[in-house]
Amino acid sequence: MSSLDVTTDAARRPFPGRRARLGDLVLQGSAGIAALGALVLVGLIAWKVVQGARLSISTFGLGFVTHVGWDPVHLKFGAGSFLFGTAVTSIAALILATPIALGIALFLSELAPRGLRGPITALVETLAAIPSVVIGLWGLIVLAPILRDHVDPALHSALGFIPLFGPPGSYGSNVFTAIVVLTIMILPIIASISRELFLSVPSELKEGALGLGTTRWEMVRGVAFPYARGGVAAAMILGFGRAIGEAIAVGLTIGSATAINANLFKPGSTLAAMIANNYQGASSGLELSSLIYLALILLVFSILVNLLAQWIVRRAARRQGLMAR
Amino acid sequence: MRTGDLSVLQRPNDRLRRRRVANRGMELLAWLAAAVAVFFLGVVVWSVAQRGASQLSFDFLTKPQQASGGFGPLNVKQGLANAFAGSFVIVGLATAMALPFGILIAIYVNEFASRLVRSAVGLTLDVLNGVPAIVIGFFVFGLIVVAHGQSAYAGAFALAVIMLPLVARSTIEVLALVPDSLREAALAVGAPRWRTTLGIVLPQTIGGVLTGATLAVARVAGETAPLLFTSSLVATGTHWNPSQALQTVPVAIFELSDSADPADHARAWAAALVLILFILFASLGARWLATRSRRKIARAAG
Repeated sequence: MSSLDVTTDAARRPFPGRRARLGDLVLQGSAGIAALGALVLVGLIAWKVVQGARLSISTFGLGFVTHVGWDPVHLKFGAGSFLFGTAVTSIAALILATPIALGIALFLSELAPRGLRGPITALVETLAAIPSVVIGLWGLIVLAPILRDHVDPALHSALGFIPLFGPPGSYGSNVFTAIVVLTIMILPIIASISRELFLSVPSELKEGALGLGTTRWEMVRGVAFPYARGGVAAAMILGFGRAIGEAIAVGLTIGSATAINANLFKPGSTLAAMIANNYQGASSGLELSSLIYLALILLVFSILVNLLAQWIVRRAARRQGLMAR
Repeated sequence: MRTGDLSVLQRPNDRLRRRRVANRGMELLAWLAAAVAVFFLGVVVWSVAQRGASQLSFDFLTKPQQASGGFGPLNVKQGLANAFAGSFVIVGLATAMALPFGILIAIYVNEFASRLVRSAVGLTLDVLNGVPAIVIGFFVFGLIVVAHGQSAYAGAFALAVIMLPLVARSTIEVLALVPDSLREAALAVGAPRWRTTLGIVLPQTIGGVLTGATLAVARVAGETAPLLFTSSLVATGTHWNPSQALQTVPVAIFELSDSADPADHARAWAAALVLILFILFASLGARWLATRSRRKIARAAG
């Protein structure tokens, strides 16, 4: 775009008319093969998963996606209840995590005293680095009993008229516990991306708003949010993608039931959790193939979610480029 | 502002008061949100430390697990040495696979590729990064395990697939930081491109590459899902041979936490503590490397 870019590209292009050297060819060739390898790898993943699921695909067809039930005895399998579980847990976790994450991002970019900014940013990043299996262990042994004894009954008595908050069961491992665990896991992802977005809002825009006499909140609502909107949406989608793919923490805390239940305080399962919890116990080739079919559905969703996020980021970047000009 | 006619602007009216209250309220909520995150982190780390620390002992680190299901003799001191050894082997192998591959991709993207290819590879890396870990487990299951059985090699390959986009991304970012004047200077004195890239540009980025690699190691050291189908059916005892399936720390935690035996839970907490400590130190080390290398690149540029 600018003259700077032109010199950059010229420096990287091989000189025309100069004989290519062997070393250059070897490096460019092997690096090119590596880059091609990444493309091939993605293709290979898709192909191997489709291949593994083929038996189940040819047996059940597309009806598998909506069929509810997982019956290893009569060899009738379907993804319906797991799709439902994945949708409920991921959407609920996203709804819970987004406002908190935006609050953290605003705190870190606008409000925090200078001395707190660095440490709390580091703490949020540390929360993102805790392995899912550790969060799952904590959710199963520490969090689940607390939710079962205190939070579930309280929510039921306050919001029991909504079917989602039905009578609490005797299990700590239920859909609601999994939702809380997922919320904790996607919170730092959305927060750290949003923080960077808010920091990237040009300070002359912010100062302009404040100079016009807005309060800090009005500046955030009127200037920072609209500026960062596209990026925040992409961050939410990335968090959502993480939530639908999380197998271990959800598998440990959701209680593994294969029925659909509107009540959040009953056990359920998700696509990823179902796969993780059956890693040792596929009793037949068809069941194994059906598990891989679940993985295929998961793969399709995660790729779609990712491409959507990329598309939003690129569109927002283009619009910001126009705004800056 | 305190004197003169301007004071009329400062006189609070209802509307202004409402705006100020809304502002205060929202600021309070933002403080609260930050407190929630810190609270959860504190509670998780504290639970792990409190429950795990009492279990940590020399035996825990050096003795292997006994066979589960009551096969092992009771009251025998047991630890998770087999899991530590397996994690070390598998993560080490995964790094050895992903690091050169990722660096080569980054070199291609940054030094050779056209704009179009650059964005295509970038998109591919993002898609790869978004593939759920459990799906990668099934991919390696279909690619290697079906034909050759479980092994540490298969587990390491699965982890390498997860590391690859992380390593490549971070290397692309630091390569882009190296000033073009350096490349131009090397080319101008007649150095071929391959020597410019490998001898001048890449050494500038070592710190950044190591930062990315360390963060990637910290990330995959805690990955459970890709190993369930590739390296989970293990023999008892401590092994180092990567051609057989090896126990790992995250898989051990996953299995132990599903057990009904409280002693198993205790071991799971201790293993979680070791894992978290490793990840914390790795992240701190990565931070330190990052600041060091940024200073170095700044010096080279200035």
